[in-house]
Amino acid sequence: MSIATRFVSSGLLLLAVVVLAGPASASSGWNMTPGVTEISRAIYDLHMLIFWICVAIGVVVFGAMLVSIVLHRKSRGVTPATFHESTRLEIVWTLIPLGILIGMAIPATTVLVQMYDSGGEDMVVEVRGYQWRWQYKYLDDDLNEQVSFFSNLSTPRDQILGLSEKGEHYLLEVDNPLVIPINRKVRFLLTSNDVIHAWWVPDFALKRDAIPGFINDMWTIVEEPGIYRGQCAELCGIDHGYMPIVVHALPEDEYDAWYADQLQLARAEEQLMEQDWSEAELLARGEKVYATHCVGCHQADGQGIPPVFPALAGNAMMTGDFDTHMEVVYHGRAGTAMQAFGPVLSPVDMASVMNYQRHAFGDAGSSERSAPVKPKDIASFAAAQ
Amino acid sequence: MSAVIDAHHDDHHHGPAKGITRWLYTTNHKDIGSMYLWFSFIMFLAGGVMALVIRAELFQPGQSFVEPHFFNQMTTMHGLVMVFGAIMPAFVGLANWMLPMMVGAPDMALPRMNNLSFWILPFASLMLISTLFMEGGGPDFGWTMYAPLSTTYAPDSVTFMIFAIHLLGASSIMGAINIIATILNMRAPGMTLMKMPMFVWTWLITAYLLIAVMPVLAGAVTMMLFDIHFGTSFFDAAGGGDPVLFQHIFWFFGHPEVYIMILPAFGIVSHVIPAFSRKRLFGYDSMVYATSSIAFLSFIVWAHHMFTVGMPLAGQLFFMYATMLIAVPTGVKVFNWISTMWQGSMTFETPMLFALAFVFLFTIGGFSGVMLSIAPADYQYHDTYFVVAHFHYVLVSGALFSIYCAVYYWLPKWTGFMYSEALGKLHFWLSFIGVNLAFFPMHFSGLAGMPRRIPDYALQFANFNAWSTVGAFVFGLSQLVFLYLVIKCIRGGQKATAQVWDGAEGLEWTVPSPAPYHTFSTPPVVK
Ligand code: HEC
Ligand code: HEM
Ligand SMILES: [Cu+2]
Ligand SMILES: [Cu+2]
Repeated sequence: MSIATRFVSSGLLLLAVVVLAGPASASSGWNMTPGVTEISRAIYDLHMLIFWICVAIGVVVFGAMLVSIVLHRKSRGVTPATFHESTRLEIVWTLIPLGILIGMAIPATTVLVQMYDSGGEDMVVEVRGYQWRWQYKYLDDDLNEQVSFFSNLSTPRDQILGLSEKGEHYLLEVDNPLVIPINRKVRFLLTSNDVIHAWWVPDFALKRDAIPGFINDMWTIVEEPGIYRGQCAELCGIDHGYMPIVVHALPEDEYDAWYADQLQLARAEEQLMEQDWSEAELLARGEKVYATHCVGCHQADGQGIPPVFPALAGNAMMTGDFDTHMEVVYHGRAGTAMQAFGPVLSPVDMASVMNYQRHAFGDAGSSERSAPVKPKDIASFAAAQ
Repeated sequence: MSAVIDAHHDDHHHGPAKGITRWLYTTNHKDIGSMYLWFSFIMFLAGGVMALVIRAELFQPGQSFVEPHFFNQMTTMHGLVMVFGAIMPAFVGLANWMLPMMVGAPDMALPRMNNLSFWILPFASLMLISTLFMEGGGPDFGWTMYAPLSTTYAPDSVTFMIFAIHLLGASSIMGAINIIATILNMRAPGMTLMKMPMFVWTWLITAYLLIAVMPVLAGAVTMMLFDIHFGTSFFDAAGGGDPVLFQHIFWFFGHPEVYIMILPAFGIVSHVIPAFSRKRLFGYDSMVYATSSIAFLSFIVWAHHMFTVGMPLAGQLFFMYATMLIAVPTGVKVFNWISTMWQGSMTFETPMLFALAFVFLFTIGGFSGVMLSIAPADYQYHDTYFVVAHFHYVLVSGALFSIYCAVYYWLPKWTGFMYSEALGKLHFWLSFIGVNLAFFPMHFSGLAGMPRRIPDYALQFANFNAWSTVGAFVFGLSQLVFLYLVIKCIRGGQKATAQVWDGAEGLEWTVPSPAPYHTFSTPPVVK
């Protein structure tokens, strides 16, 4: 008897948890977010509708089970009934669930159709997944796609390793967030440079796979300015857990101002090529490029994670001739995680990172250092390809 | 005692051979069944240790215990070991032990192949696990093996994983052929198809699913192998291939696979609930039809795992509707089980506790399944802990609980002794609490936005994860109670009668306990 009462009461307890989860949850971070777009709210409503239908069915089904467990037990001296089939009942409990499902399918179809209503967008952003960061490119025919940047996890390693206090947005913070305007229809084109990633921001109810060689699309109209956070949602290798997404949604005028600034910066960047770079300038810039693009695999100290990612520190290539080194960085190594950085890095960045690598992991301090490679050398190498 | 072999029969084996050769050369379905069950339990413990490594790392935010690379190897290997090493072989073990006795056959139809299909398993599994110790580490791309992470970007050990999967698949196919041959050819006179016990029915259907989809998996991993070693580009967009193709092929195998792991469970529960309700199974015919329709539908829903891949609207709608439909036959089964209990005369021995927990918790997994099938909402659920919660409810408190249910139900028949009911109940309650503590909070962390397969997470998920880890350790450790109980039961205890459970029905209860080495050498007659 006591065992059975325990079964019954623990069943009730669990059911209570399920039931209470619904209303209590919206604010307390244990339910889906209603989000800040029309679609995200529609999805949230759909989610809650299906949830409550399930709770209702659960109450009936588990209720019947409980009644049976409590009343129809041998210890109460009951003799078992002998019925064991009823075509009528079978038809009833086939048709009723079918009806309920149709009731669910109708709103689900409506929302889905709404989500597929792309086109008529105000702007397009290309989202490109890399191991393990995102690249955002503002596609704009007139302006030659000049605004483009990478977005990396910015949580310090110390916090990850538990050496310092974790910040409020631990693992959900980046160096360069995506910036979009509110109240405009933003269309995203998704693709990937290496493996499959998935771009997900719960508040927009946007999740789509970024697949190498394919272009997926989705859209959103954000209604409230704010900072929205998400994460990669498809296992993409070692640092899959460390490629967050941060989106700043700005009022339209602020966005326009921001975008104009970015254009300026992009033009200035082009001028950089012409500049005569000193070695110190190249090294300083190179350290940043290395931290953005190479650290994930080759590590800050250049030791890599052998044998998956080779060490660069002490690597013969760091003291060997430039062309071999450039060949690898520019074209990557086909069939390995070492991708071609030629299309990714500007000549300035490429020259900087190569100088930095050679300085940091190769012949630093040696008196016979070869002359630094200059952005112009990269440009002429690229032209020869 | 016509059920027991009589001495004049021209069979020379009166009992098992002595020593290790008994196990190496045996063609006896009971020996092979036992080996399958022990093997699967060992794999279950191995996969369980991996799960605990995962949960230990996730106990708190921060990188505390293992590196992300090793973490990914653990999630991958845990999935592969549990699916191919623990759950599937356990059901085959139960089939070996019980199917011949349930249909009144002396053994499986193809006993030598039976030996082979078992003995492939330990070697294949060893090869699979050995990849963890290879240079570059073991497979680290998830049990779903999505290309190109599993091809171009995979560690070298992937080749050994592919070979291991081929071997495991070959073993499953042989097992399935054997089961079909046994059921279709070796039933006792009078046992028509519609008189077969439910476990036999569900296994018959499962075996067809296995034969249909294991070659598809073999094809998928072979294409991976070719992409890796022979310069093809099936899944490499740069060479004109299609990474999404892999997912279609994988899930065409993968969804029926999840039913391979649950249909035999349906069968088991359909024996245990009537036995302990002392009332016949309600709606036998509709149970058979429901099982068949689930099997059929399982072939046309695969892309519900791929809603975020980017499909045309019509495709999304088709796979959404088809998936929702599966809930209908699944519901019919649950309603039939509850009607079986209704106005029965129930007692609550350990097998019944596991069966009731199965109905309760599997239904919760079914509810989250229905939620997942709603394509627009799945954009928010997909690849989060909500999905992890869903499939652990159907696989752990579903498939695994049904296996425990079966073991407790038939253990006295196998060993001849009653197990300790007190220990059984202890095992049940610890498992029940552990499972819910481990997996229920995952619904919340998933809905709150925690992606799956990550080694570290944002601070707002910390509480749910801490609870999950506590639950996982409670569950994991309580399995040692089960191990102790089984060993104790094998070594002795209160003698079991032939009938064992007063409400149990079926041919297996007509032979003595423990079941003699050879049973039904002369077939019984079923009225
Ligand atoms: C996604 C991981 C990854 C990233 C990011 C990455 N690499 Fe590599 N890198 C590799 C791998 C793997 C190899 C080894 C390839 C092979 O097996 O030949 C490698 C090899 C190299 C080599 C040749 C080493 C040798 O001895 O063959 C150089 C030079 C190099 N990387 C430079 C860079 C630079 C510069 C960056 C940043 C701009 C970078 N890598 C970013 C993974 C990466
Ligand atoms: C009512 C019946 C069910 C429905 C409607 C259903 C639906 C779904 C859906 C839609 C998904 C994909 C979720 C996503 O990735 O976004 C899923 C995942 C999964 N389901 Fe079910 N399901 C049901 C029953 C089962 C059963 C019986 C099992 C196994 C015993 C099972 C095992 C799984 C597994 C293993 C996954 C995850 C696979 C992975 O991504 O690794 N499901 N289910
Ligand atoms: Cu990822
Ligand atoms: Cu599925």
